[in-house]
Amino acid sequence: MSNKVSKEHNDYLKMIKSRKRAIFTTQILILIIWMAAWELFARLGWIDTFLTSNPSEIWKLFIHYTKNGGLFYHVGISVAETVVGFLVGTLLGVLVAIFLWWSDFLAKVFDPYLVVLNSLPKTALAPIIIIWVGAGYSGIIVTAITVSIVVTIMNVYIGFTSVDEDKIKLLQTFGATKFQILRKVVLPSSVPTIISTLKVNIGLSWVGVIVGEFLVSKAGIGYLIVYGGQVFKLDLVMMSVFILAIISAIMYQGIAAIEKKYMKWQQ
Amino acid sequence: MEEKKVVEIKNVGMTYHTLDGETEAIKDISLDIYHGEIVVLVGPSGSGKSTLLSIIAGLINPSKGEVLVNEKKIGGHNKEIGYMFQRDHLFEWRTILQNVLLGLEIQEKISEETKEYANKLLETYGLGEFKNSYPRQLSGGMRQRAALIRTLVIKPDLLLLDEPFSALDYQTRLAIADEVGIILKKEKKTALMVTHDIAEAISMADRVVVLSNRPATVKDIIPIALSCPNGVKTPLKCREAPEFRYYFNKIWKELDVHV
Repeated sequence: MSNKVSKEHNDYLKMIKSRKRAIFTTQILILIIWMAAWELFARLGWIDTFLTSNPSEIWKLFIHYTKNGGLFYHVGISVAETVVGFLVGTLLGVLVAIFLWWSDFLAKVFDPYLVVLNSLPKTALAPIIIIWVGAGYSGIIVTAITVSIVVTIMNVYIGFTSVDEDKIKLLQTFGATKFQILRKVVLPSSVPTIISTLKVNIGLSWVGVIVGEFLVSKAGIGYLIVYGGQVFKLDLVMMSVFILAIISAIMYQGIAAIEKKYMKWQQ
Repeated sequence: MEEKKVVEIKNVGMTYHTLDGETEAIKDISLDIYHGEIVVLVGPSGSGKSTLLSIIAGLINPSKGEVLVNEKKIGGHNKEIGYMFQRDHLFEWRTILQNVLLGLEIQEKISEETKEYANKLLETYGLGEFKNSYPRQLSGGMRQRAALIRTLVIKPDLLLLDEPFSALDYQTRLAIADEVGIILKKEKKTALMVTHDIAEAISMADRVVVLSNRPATVKDIIPIALSCPNGVKTPLKCREAPEFRYYFNKIWKELDVHV
């Protein structure tokens, strides 16, 4: 490629850049206008802050909770529960998928059960789990695992079985064992599937944790939301929801960063 | 040249079973392949050519008969055999060098010596500067060349080539077939290749084996003797040989194609 770029190409690059900037600016503007309108309407008394709260109150509460350390305590607990639930759910799910791939017989046997479990809203199981496992962190974590594990098993298993037959045949011509086939082709070619499952699972683990916390907890973001709702402190509810949104977005971006790192060959 | 038998195919038959019934893919095939020769199988679509290759590779067991490779009956995987597919099947997540080393890794034969051999082959066949590239950065022809090197590094006694060029565009196909033909002769490999392309078969083969319609039997074995121009025996040059047309017409008639 030459260093000299034609004027047309320059214009083209400029056009792409300015379009990108316009999209970003609009995104930010929407947020600002939304917040400003919310604050303004609250101050003018057009909306009832008892029901809707308003950004400045939420911010004040946020500062308050940050200063007394309460925020970090609650966020820390929820994040820990989510991370553990996410990791265990994903790992167990992948492990079960490996077993199913290994034995076609098992896969066929468990297929109808998985289909039923997959269509069942797992949050319906939360009360049972909490009674069985206990009304504490462990119950919440198991709830989070239950929510994500079935989807993981199904997606990853489908990923495993859709590996190109000829690629497996290629390894067989080299004399590969089943374990080598798993390690050299099946797992690496399923990395994109596994990563997209991770992205889904982050959200699902949060669903499990929040539902679990709604039901039993004495701490955590879910607890703050339920507590705030019960005592009609909408500032607290809104703040918790905002924080939840921000943290889960950060976690999602974390997975996206891992994806970028391990998928070098795709670029 | 024709001294040692590398492959002996003895009365091999193969029947597939499905819920809908059974299909006899191969009826009775016997064929010997000698050291250093290139034998090309041609036959109508669905005549069990690929099935025969899979049997020789030890991937499936024949219903009847047996196959000997180097006088040993094949059972299970056969490490003396290299298999080349229609598509290159390079792993996208591995660099070219890592792809080439795949067979050695599986057979746990990675050593300084074998790595050096892999590097040497890559250098010799023009992929030296691409060994740290990923497959998607290479052209179709280069990828197929890398796939050939992947099968060559395990130093197989026999190469099985299953329509290895049919996924390439016509120009690349001519060029790569020429190269592979030269490489096989230079490395003194014994090879059994399947193709649909009669011209490709004649230009590369020492002998062409024509199979019948399903269930397959050997219809004819045609030794190819081309007087290539200026004595340059490369597949592409040999297409100019005066006998080429004669062989083409003979095989075409044998194939007995009805559309």
